[in-house]
Amino acid sequence: MQTNEIMRAENVTMRFGGFTALNDVSVSFPVGQLTAIIGPNGAGKSTLFNVLSGAFPPSEGRIIFEGTDITGTPQHAFAHKGIAKSFQITNVFPELSALENVRIAIQAMESQFDIWTPRNKLKEMVERANELLELVGLNKHRERLASNLAHGEQRALEIALALACNPRLLLLDEPTAGMSPEETVVMMDLITHLASERTVILVEHKMKLVMGISNHLIVLHHGEFLAEGTPDEIRTNDEVRRVYLGQGDH
Amino acid sequence: MSDIPMSNGDDTQVSGRKLAGLAKSVARHRVVAVLAFLFVFPLIIPYEALAVNILIFGLFAMGFNMVFGYMGVLSFGHAAFFGIGSYATGIAMVHFGIPWLPAIIIGVVAAGVIAMIMGGMAIRSRGIYFAMVTLALAQCVYYLVYQMSDWSGGEDGLTGVGAGDINLGFVQFSLFDPTAKYYFMFVFVAIAIFFFSRILNSPFGAVLEAIRENENRAQACGYNVLLTKWYAFVISGLFCGLAGALNALHLSVVPIESLHYHLSGQAVMMSLLGGMGTFFGPFVGAMAFLLLEDIITTMTTHWPLFLGIIFIIFVLFFPKGIWGSVLHWVKR
Repeated sequence: MQTNEIMRAENVTMRFGGFTALNDVSVSFPVGQLTAIIGPNGAGKSTLFNVLSGAFPPSEGRIIFEGTDITGTPQHAFAHKGIAKSFQITNVFPELSALENVRIAIQAMESQFDIWTPRNKLKEMVERANELLELVGLNKHRERLASNLAHGEQRALEIALALACNPRLLLLDEPTAGMSPEETVVMMDLITHLASERTVILVEHKMKLVMGISNHLIVLHHGEFLAEGTPDEIRTNDEVRRVYLGQGDH
Repeated sequence: MSDIPMSNGDDTQVSGRKLAGLAKSVARHRVVAVLAFLFVFPLIIPYEALAVNILIFGLFAMGFNMVFGYMGVLSFGHAAFFGIGSYATGIAMVHFGIPWLPAIIIGVVAAGVIAMIMGGMAIRSRGIYFAMVTLALAQCVYYLVYQMSDWSGGEDGLTGVGAGDINLGFVQFSLFDPTAKYYFMFVFVAIAIFFFSRILNSPFGAVLEAIRENENRAQACGYNVLLTKWYAFVISGLFCGLAGALNALHLSVVPIESLHYHLSGQAVMMSLLGGMGTFFGPFVGAMAFLLLEDIITTMTTHWPLFLGIIFIIFVLFFPKGIWGSVLHWVKR
């Protein structure tokens, strides 16, 4: 067992009714690395992502973050622990400006129940929100409503929302889903940049996309752990090739 | 860049801009604007009793709007807060001889306690289920008060609440004087409006909007959504309780209808009519609702029919409500 891990899933099983989406999966995520969870459709990637990010607790097994058991911790506590996520389906505050989107995400770390301070006194939050918008390349669109942004821009905004809690661990669920090739390139650059400063766990369906940027890969198949290793090891792994070949070239 | 005014004035453009400017400054100084309007309101309304009604129901709809318009949660139980505010104030005055000011405070606190209990039981359910649970709980409160006829007067309502002469030391007046009564109520409503605006403009107010926009995202950002909803429900209940307390003094009786679900429905209608999620909307809605009721009931007994038609027209063609549509038109 690695000591320099940030998160660990121990014997995680997830059942929905009679269907077992994850079966006894144990994986460890090294700190400071970009780990990608890959696998063909129905491999259980998103289920594992949801369990790791606290959307629901696993039926069995434990999630350890920085040495503490966080299984069953309520969703809203994750951000405060330093774990942030972006959703597979774009998930922003549609009728608020891009700036207010990010500002409100920053505010979650500082003030939830303050019913008295006027909002225009929150200048520091606005400054930080502007910095984050610049980081994800949205500084030109800060006054626009999130619902009026292009799909790729909304995904970038969502990354900014996730970064607002200053996470040590960033979880991304198919961040390039539905993006044009141009948008995908921009997003991949952004993720590489983010991964240089914090640990990132990425769920991705398209294997080719993550080969170039990740340090560590975990392959799932039919809800079970199949393989893990560096991109080179995975590329030459016979079992992985067999599984992916059955699905066509991704 | 394009903000440079045109030199040879295009009249419609200029007046349009002036209007937009006016609307902007109204929005910026919303508390002052709404208070100024309500201050002169009795001068333009046919008679003061109606003006007082509009004041009280505007406050009721405003409190309701915190949960409905700003947080996006439909409650069908707000009559409970209005009614309990009314009854607690009335019972304090009639059965315990408590003076009007502490009685009002008792009314507000009682409504807050009921909101805590109802909120605690209902807040985990969502959408239509939340509406149904709050409706059911409010009806429980209705029947409970109805059965406690020794205290509440049962079907006849609680009579003899009148505060009569009010002596503030430096000024003395009677609540039987309609103008005095209006401005007496106005002071309470003004204080409530100030607090309400302050809360909406706070970080907490921003969280309400975030929950309305996207509950899951708000949670992922680190907001305790359930607790926030509960707080908002209770704060909303306090405002509605104040409206109820004032209504007890206004009518000198507490009719059992103060707790009936019809009243919860009226809060929804007033909010929708005026514009949910806007600061003025509930007052505009209460005004439109009560004025129309006043006018139409003098002509026909079929007021609910007309109300239904008006309501359908608004839902279909003006979903933003009167004030919401004005804002939308001005922003364009």
